[in-house]
This record gives sequence, structure tokens and C-alpha cells, in this order.
Amino acid sequence: MSVRHTGEVILDVKNISLAFGGVKALTDISFNVREHEIRAIIGPNGAGKSSMLNCINGVYQPQQGSINFRGQTFSHMNSRQVAEMGFARTFQNLALFKGMSVLDNIMTGRNLKMKTNLFQQALRWGAAEREETEQRQFVEKIIDFLEIQPYRKTPVGRLPYGLQKRVDLGRALAMEPTILLLDEPMAGMNVEEKQDMCRFVLDVNDEFGTTIVLIEHDMGVVMDISDRVVVLDYGKKIGDGTPAEVRANPDVISAYLGTSH
Amino acid sequence: MQTTFPRLMLEHAKARPDAPALREKEYGIWQSLSWSGLASLVRELACGLSQAGLQRGQHIVVVAENRPRLYATMLAAQSVGAVPVPLYQDAAANEYIFPINNAEITMAVVEDQEQVDKMIELRESCPQLARIWYDDPRGLRKYDAPGLQSLDALVEAGRAYNVQHPQFFDEQVALGQPGDVASMFFTSGTTGNPKGVVHTHFTLIDRAQAGASFDKLGPNEEVLAYLPPAWIGQNIFSYAQWLVCGYVVNCPESASTVTIDLKEIGPTYYFAPPRVFEGLLTTVMIRMEDAGRLKKWLFQRCMELARRVGPALMDGKPVGTTDRLLYALGNLCIYGPLRNSLGMSRVRVAYTAGEAIGPDLFSFYRSIGINLKQLYGSTETAVFVCLQPDHEAKADTVGVPIAGVEIRLAENGEILVKSPGLLKEYYKNPAATAEVLTADGWYHTGDAGFLDAGGHLKIIDRAKDVGRLKGGAHDGAMFAPKYVENKLKFFPYIKEAVAFGDQRERACAFVNIDMEAVGNWAEKRNLPYAGYTDLAQKPEVYELVRDCIEKVNADLAADALLAGSQIHRFLILHKELDADDGELTRTRKVKRGFIGERYQILVDALYGGKTSQFIETQVSFDDGRKGAVSAELKIMDVKVFPALRKAA
Repeated sequence: MSVRHTGEVILDVKNISLAFGGVKALTDISFNVREHEIRAIIGPNGAGKSSMLNCINGVYQPQQGSINFRGQTFSHMNSRQVAEMGFARTFQNLALFKGMSVLDNIMTGRNLKMKTNLFQQALRWGAAEREETEQRQFVEKIIDFLEIQPYRKTPVGRLPYGLQKRVDLGRALAMEPTILLLDEPMAGMNVEEKQDMCRFVLDVNDEFGTTIVLIEHDMGVVMDISDRVVVLDYGKKIGDGTPAEVRANPDVISAYLGTSH
Repeated sequence: MQTTFPRLMLEHAKARPDAPALREKEYGIWQSLSWSGLASLVRELACGLSQAGLQRGQHIVVVAENRPRLYATMLAAQSVGAVPVPLYQDAAANEYIFPINNAEITMAVVEDQEQVDKMIELRESCPQLARIWYDDPRGLRKYDAPGLQSLDALVEAGRAYNVQHPQFFDEQVALGQPGDVASMFFTSGTTGNPKGVVHTHFTLIDRAQAGASFDKLGPNEEVLAYLPPAWIGQNIFSYAQWLVCGYVVNCPESASTVTIDLKEIGPTYYFAPPRVFEGLLTTVMIRMEDAGRLKKWLFQRCMELARRVGPALMDGKPVGTTDRLLYALGNLCIYGPLRNSLGMSRVRVAYTAGEAIGPDLFSFYRSIGINLKQLYGSTETAVFVCLQPDHEAKADTVGVPIAGVEIRLAENGEILVKSPGLLKEYYKNPAATAEVLTADGWYHTGDAGFLDAGGHLKIIDRAKDVGRLKGGAHDGAMFAPKYVENKLKFFPYIKEAVAFGDQRERACAFVNIDMEAVGNWAEKRNLPYAGYTDLAQKPEVYELVRDCIEKVNADLAADALLAGSQIHRFLILHKELDADDGELTRTRKVKRGFIGERYQILVDALYGGKTSQFIETQVSFDDGRKGAVSAELKIMDVKVFPALRKAA
């Protein structure tokens, strides 16, 4: 794979430790993310991957360590603040509104961009109507981008899983994120759906210049699309580097790759 | 009509500058392009193409779905005297090699990244392919292949040239003559290399005009363009007739939204091959099976009435007052909403062609009040040879010869046609041209058929495919494989069939089941299956297919000429026949000879009396990768019937 140009460090995670009572989910984890790169976090089940993501977007508050985003240092993040700073995420187990249409689900991703108040929106009055038209235009571009035009008006609950994952990604994209956090975007998909999702992730990175942090189980996918990989095992960092470096790392081989066969 | 396509376009732009010419659904909204907007787009594209070096008489390839800018590209190429060659957008890259080299093509206008990838891959075999333009820039930002540019850049360059040379475009259009070559269509060809069918402006416009006046088409028609533009049928209906009549052509948002778009547009003039009508009917029937009891009951009562009364009403025959009233009620409850849900509530004229259509399928559409008719024609005849007049549509004929057409039968039963719309020639293939186009102006269709008492043409099969049985009870009897295959395919459970029997004692067949219909059938019976191969080999499915074949046999036995074509044994193939594997043409016709060779072992097993046979087959996927499918295929015997009438 050719070396891609990635920018400055925009997200720097330093010495994060997180414990739930006696269970140490994360111990002294540090890594950084460069602008425009695709950064993967891998590790066996229970390694602390999702916990790490949850620390970054403010769902969990780590007991130790700090997170630096674009020069600002935080000892813990706050979910709303994180969203306003340009973080968006998708969920491992999907968190869509099953009864709402694809369009409306993605529209919820524009919530932070809306300036009019509840009353104006309820009456679709003046500025609210103009605003909705603008937001709808943006949402339509995402629908086009993700090729889900046939399902625009379909309730999300009626779509197959692979498409629901795509809608989940669409809603995250609607926030026009600087950093996109993807929690196992290919989990439970068949080969074709995985290929499609890979292409969308690469396209998002390429077309919008979005920085992507993704957690993934599928080693093939990770090695193919990531620029750099962090490997966690039992809450500790055991490897960090390009896919090739990680693949050659003996700790990683014994902890993860070696035992997976 | 002594004119050319670009001139027709300019006339519309002058007469009705603001009327919509094309619509395309983009970002969820139907966006219109007016005739004047189209004219200036064509002007700029033509200047751009000419600046890029496109010469009069040269060919340029167009590979895309139906998109307004690609229609404009074809017009632009014709404006400067060049010849657009549309190719099937779903073909694999290597299928383009022959046409591109054959027509010495140096420029291509394609839709998107997928097509650009194919073109770049082709360059190894077609080094002369210097320039490639794409309509949709998505994913192409980092491509740096030489000569690759966006269509926007071409329009931009053309605009600049047009400012400096405002007369250039008009002069070029004025230079174009009706006798100039307008387009070239590569026929899919069941054997050998494809052949480029050359048509002039005159041939295409004359036939488009003849068809339009036959059905009184005007500028107020709405058409949805959703079939491949490389197919002449699509080209006539949404390009030639579009420019002749000046109606609106609507381009769907994507291939997967066609049914939604159809409903939104509500076309008045509609064209589809039988398989599309069949697909629509299957969807309706599957949904009806899941409906509630009351609805199901109402639907069945109404459809019984429709079957009895509908076709007669459609044909303008006398119908009793009670039936008329009941039909009107049915129209309110079922037929109207059903037409609407099919997207056909505004259809005034609908045509089907390309393959034989099942009688049940045909009368279904007519019975619910859709004026579905058949036509006969081919790429070589610029489509329109025979059309069914309103009130005279039958399932087993293809209509009467229309204005300008003469029909004659050769001694072997082959249909010969004389018409102003005949091809000019096969490109660079005088031998093939001489074979089909005799010096006295008759075109040999290759179809066997006859004119019935009412002057309607009836087609039996391809003349060369009509074989003879050898030995056994029906020694020397006619064997019409396609006739038999079509009868089998009229069952919803059977998707494709391939019949063998020429120079053999008895007929046997391969069958492909329809995954959707049989899958649904299996689910209703709690029959679990893993995929196509698994489902196809279920004993229950074999019995289902056997029952279908027995019905066909009973039917064939009633016809003395064809009683020998009854199927004695069959097997269900382990994979679906696919154009990517070369088993079907791009228009989904079975390549019987190729299939017979590829599955020789299965044919031998059918005739060798075996009860099962193991086979492993290479398959190619859409992205060009290869894989293998293997299975132990069962072979089953079918009951045959004695001929009811003795041959005269």
C-alpha cells in the first residue's frame, strides 16, 4: 500500500486509565491520531476497545490521564461538548429510531446545526422552513453518497442489518464531523456488505477529508484500510504502528493474531 | 422525414424553448432540463468534442445508464458528424475490446468510477483509447490516468470555444445529412463476435416517425428511460422518438429506484421486455399472498371478473351491462389502485417485445385496463416492423406490418422484411451484411413464422434453431426449442429453461428455478434452504418443476406438429445462468449451443439414463473474481402424452 499523506496530530490520548470498581478496563493507554488518517483500534474481546472510544466521546470518564484535541487538553470529555467540537460516532449495536424513516433518522444528525427553536419548528414557520430545506439538501447528498435512495422513506426497522449500519453511518456523517468514531462498522455483515462498507469508509475519508478512528474485529479489513493500528489486550497497549509493523510485532501475534487461528 | 437528430432538437428548442426535454431525479427531486437548456449543453459539448479532435465520421463510445448529459453527448457527437456507439453498461471490460477496436474508437464518455476503471483496464488491449470523460466525479479525484477528464471540463472547454466561434456549431449541424450514419449498435450475438449495426439518421427517424403516427404519439407523452441505452429498443423509445415527438424523457434516480420513480412519473408511453412485466406481476402476487383474508378474497373475485371481461372491454367487443357495472366497481376497488401501484395508471400505450410473452401474463395486464401490446422488430430493422393495433392485441401474434413495411416468407418459413428502416450495413463486415441483406432489398430476419388469417404475424422460433428429431416415435418431427422453453418460462417458478433435442430421439431440458417465487413457495411450506444450489436440489422443488413440465407436455401433445418436442427428462441446474459466464446474452437470451458444450457432462447424463450427476463449475462474480460451484444434480423423468391429433 502506498504511503498516504496525513497531517498533524489532532487528537492525543495520554496515559488514560479507566476502572469499574476492581476491574481495570484500561491501563495507561496513550496514542495519537493525525488529521485525515484512518486509525484502527484492535484487540480481542474485552480488550477495552469500546471503553477507549467511550472515553474519547465522553460517555465514560477516565480516572487518570488526559485527552488533547487541537491544542486543548481535557481531563475528561463531555458528550455534548464533544459533538459540538466535531466528533460523531456510530454504534456497535445500532442506536437508530426503528420506527422512523431513513430520511428522518439521518435528519436527526443535523440537530446541532439547527438554530430555530422548538415552536418555530413545530409550526414550520419562516426561518424554520428555510432551515429545514437547507438541512434536507445536505441529508439528500448523504443519501446519494451512501446509495440508499430506494429506502429514503422506508422505516429503518424494516431494512436489513447491513443497510441499517449504513444509515447509522449516514446519521454520523450528517453532523459533518471532523473525527468519525466507528464502533465495529463491519460486525455481523456478509462479505459483500463488508466490501461496500470499506468503500464508504475510504470514500468518506477521501471525499470529505474526515479523520476516522475505527474499532474492528475483522483483521483483513483493518490491515487493508487503516494507516496506523493500536493493539489493546486486557486493557493494555501492546502494539502501535502501521499494519505491517503491527503484523510483525511478536506480542501482537501471540495475543491476538496468533491465537485467532 | 428529411432531417437529422440535431436539427430536430434545435427545432424543439426554437418552438418550445422552456418546455421540459429531460428530467432526472437527483437528491430526491425531479430536475428538469428544458429544450433550450439542452440545446446549449449540446452546443458546448459538441464544441468540446470537436476541440478534443473528434472528426466527422469517427466513432465515440458511450457507456452509461440513462443520464441527461449522456443523451446530450450522443446529440453532440451527431452534431459534429461523429457516430455515438452506446455499449451495455453492465458488461465486463473484456466485452468492450472487440467493439472499441472494431470501430477504432479513441474517445469514450462514461458514467462513473466503475466505468472509468473498466476503460483504464481496457487500454492494454485498446491502446488507441486516448480520451475518457466521466459524468459523475465521485471517487475519481485521485485518478491521474492520461487523457482522463470530467465531463464538466469538456463542457467548459466547449463553452470557451463557442464564445470564440459562435458559428461553428450551427455550421456543423447544417453539414449533417439524413443519409449520414447516426448511430451504431452492437448486437449481443449468440455466437461469435458482436456485429456493429449501422443506422443512418434517415432509417431511425423514419421508423420512429412510423411508430409514433401508428400510436398517435405527441409532445405530451411521458416516458421513463430505464433500460440500457445500448439496446436499440431503449434508443428508439427514449431517443429517436423523443426527438421526433418532442415528449419528455425521465431518467430514474438509480437502477434500484425504478419502481418508485415509475410511480412518481406515471408514464403515458411505456416499453418493457416481458421479463419486466413478469417481475412486476410476481411482486404483486407475492404481496397479495401476504395480504389479509378479506383483501385476498376481493382480489380473487375481481381478478376472475377481469379475466372474463377485461380483455373483451380492451378489444372493444360488446360486453353486458351487468358485467360492465361490476367491472367499473372492480376498477374502483382493485384495478385502479393496482395500476397505480404498478406505476401504470396513466399508460396509454404499452409495448412488450424481444421475447415471447406468456398468454396469462399478457392478458393479466390487459384485463386490468392497461393497453399492453406486442411489436416485432430487431436492431437491424430499427425496431418497428409489426405492431399490434389497439383492440387487436393477441398473446401469440406480434401484430400487422406498419407503414412502409413489406413482409414475405422464404421457402423455409423464414420471415423476410423490406422497410425504409433497414440497417445500412454491418460495420466492416460485408460478408455478414450480404448474408442478411440481399441485393433486392430484403432483410432476412432469421425468424421462422407465418402471417395468420387476420394478417397478423406469428413467430415460432429462430429459423436456424428449428431442429429435427431423429429416430424414435417422432422421427423427423420438428423440434422448436425456444417455443418449448418459452412455454416452460411462462410458469412463475421457472426462470430459464434450455431444451435439447435436435438430432436426438427425445427432448430433454435444463431448468433454472426462479429464486424469488420458489423461495417464497418453500417458505410457505416450512422448507429450509441455504441458497440457490440447495433449494434447487430439494426433492419437493423437483416435483414442483415436474408438474409444470407435465402441463407443458400435455399442451404440446395437443399440437400435432410439436408433439415430439415434449420433454422426457430434466434436471435443475446448480447455478443460475448468467451473462457474466457467457451463458446468456446481455439481453438475457440463452446461448443454447454454448450451454450444451459447457455442460456436456449433464447433457450426456440426461440422455445416458443416469439418475444423478456430479458437476463443478467456474463462476465469475460482478467484480471479475472467479469462484466455483459444485453439486450432485438429480435427474428426473417426466410423463409424456401421445399426440392428440395425427399430423396431416
